[in-house]
Amino acid sequence: MARKFTEAAIAGIGQTEFSKASGRSELQLAAECALAACRDAGVNPHDIDGMITFTIDNSDEINLARCLGVKDLAYTTRIPGGGAAAAATIYQAMAAVNAGLCNNVLIWRAMNERSQYRFGQNPQGQQMQYQSGNGTGSLLWCVPYGAMTPASWGALQAARYMQKYGVTNRDLGYISVQQRAYAANNPAAWFYGKPITLEDHQSSKWIQEPWLRLLDCCQESDGGVAILVTSLDRARDLQQKPVHILGATQSIPYNVEVISNYYHDDLTVMPEAQGVAKRLWAMTGLAPSDMQMAAIYDAFTPHVLLQLEAFGFCKPGEGKDFVKSGGMALDGPLPTNTNGGLSGEAYIHGMNSMIEGVRQIRGTSHNQVTKKTVEHVLVSSGMAGAVLARA
Amino acid sequence: MSTPTDSAPAAPAAPKPTRIPPIVTLDAKFFWDAADQEQFVGQKCGDCGLFTFPPRPMCPQCFSLNRQIVPLSGRGTVHGWTIPRHPAPFGFKEAPIVAVIQLEEGIRFVSNVVDCAHDEIRPDMPVVVTFEATMNNHKVPVFKPAGK
Repeated sequence: MARKFTEAAIAGIGQTEFSKASGRSELQLAAECALAACRDAGVNPHDIDGMITFTIDNSDEINLARCLGVKDLAYTTRIPGGGAAAAATIYQAMAAVNAGLCNNVLIWRAMNERSQYRFGQNPQGQQMQYQSGNGTGSLLWCVPYGAMTPASWGALQAARYMQKYGVTNRDLGYISVQQRAYAANNPAAWFYGKPITLEDHQSSKWIQEPWLRLLDCCQESDGGVAILVTSLDRARDLQQKPVHILGATQSIPYNVEVISNYYHDDLTVMPEAQGVAKRLWAMTGLAPSDMQMAAIYDAFTPHVLLQLEAFGFCKPGEGKDFVKSGGMALDGPLPTNTNGGLSGEAYIHGMNSMIEGVRQIRGTSHNQVTKKTVEHVLVSSGMAGAVLARA
Repeated sequence: MSTPTDSAPAAPAAPKPTRIPPIVTLDAKFFWDAADQEQFVGQKCGDCGLFTFPPRPMCPQCFSLNRQIVPLSGRGTVHGWTIPRHPAPFGFKEAPIVAVIQLEEGIRFVSNVVDCAHDEIRPDMPVVVTFEATMNNHKVPVFKPAGK
């Protein structure tokens, strides 16, 4: 069978409710969000023929395929690097569809990351996160020193950047306040109806002094999110307005790793996001000014600034001024994380912010960008990114 | 053998270390073995002389498998730091200062800055290596302000 290059598109998105205790298995969450994505697209789950998730997702492909009645799975893969994997799932789905390897790729991430285990707490004797494939191989060099949580690793990564540019914790508060304002208007968000003020941010407890307060950190959440990727041609015949995957890529520069990322040359930049930006802008022929919205991985607020700078939305060190002047707001230059992000909506490992990008292009967000037509959306998870576009 | 009644009163036992021991992998065993002996060592390529951290089986510059274990000066500067407040890190009575140390040899190492008040820590502050005990009779390199 001859293969030919095919454009890929997102045909369906699905999610469970986002909670702190789902009351059911991670596999059930995966099955529910997968079914929701298929129904959204109008694709029979039996016809899924590709499956992609994160290396650290606990559900097995076969078990999920058994729930969905998948007839013949032609392609499976998993992406390393924890949350950095998020946008790489779209990248790989695009590549598989482009190459003609499969037609209906299901991307999923489902977890009981609050009720069953907690990323934000000290490890409970579980060595899982220090193992290969998680992209976090140097965590074991941190643990004997009391850096045992993602917030501690993230703060240590952000410290040099914040020192160099005089970014204060109060500066970070503008990101939290904006995202919580979005969440307050999003019924799916855990913090629906609960906006915060800068003073709330400043009075929240220190998690990592003097860099991160509680309200600088993503949530811990239970829930699942799924995306159905198919060819642009097929997507045009399906239920929803297709969202074209115009470009997607990954970049892991030398000596860069996920979160315990202290060994590359310049700790005041995010080289992986710079690498993604370079390839993504070259691949699409677009520039930062062509984006009408962005979904940016926000495990911790400083990393939003580092990504805004890496993608060229502002100059190095100017991220704090960009967000302070309303850069992320609906009427600002780059409405960002309009679902409330991982701090305001839920922490489904970045996946929930990516499908907000799909909603913005469809015109169905609760915080819809209306000042301009959403033609292009950037999704970034640091080591990977994609440009989604109106078809 | 003495009995409790006829022995001299014993000095109070030193408190047992509560810091968790290092997680030792095969490629980093040399490092932790040396630390147990209060030696701070690093990996240098036996052919081209490149220092690498974290340790690895192959030189990324000349692909040599010839690893040299060499003493490091133990001098460096504080490149960045954080004080973990919540959750309180396991094994520490008071919040430690966790720091990325920029070593003289051009590599970086995550450690603690000890003998330093939380409000005394400064970017690029010179520090020197010292050692602290962990559970299970191991030791780990930590750093204190130079001159203290």
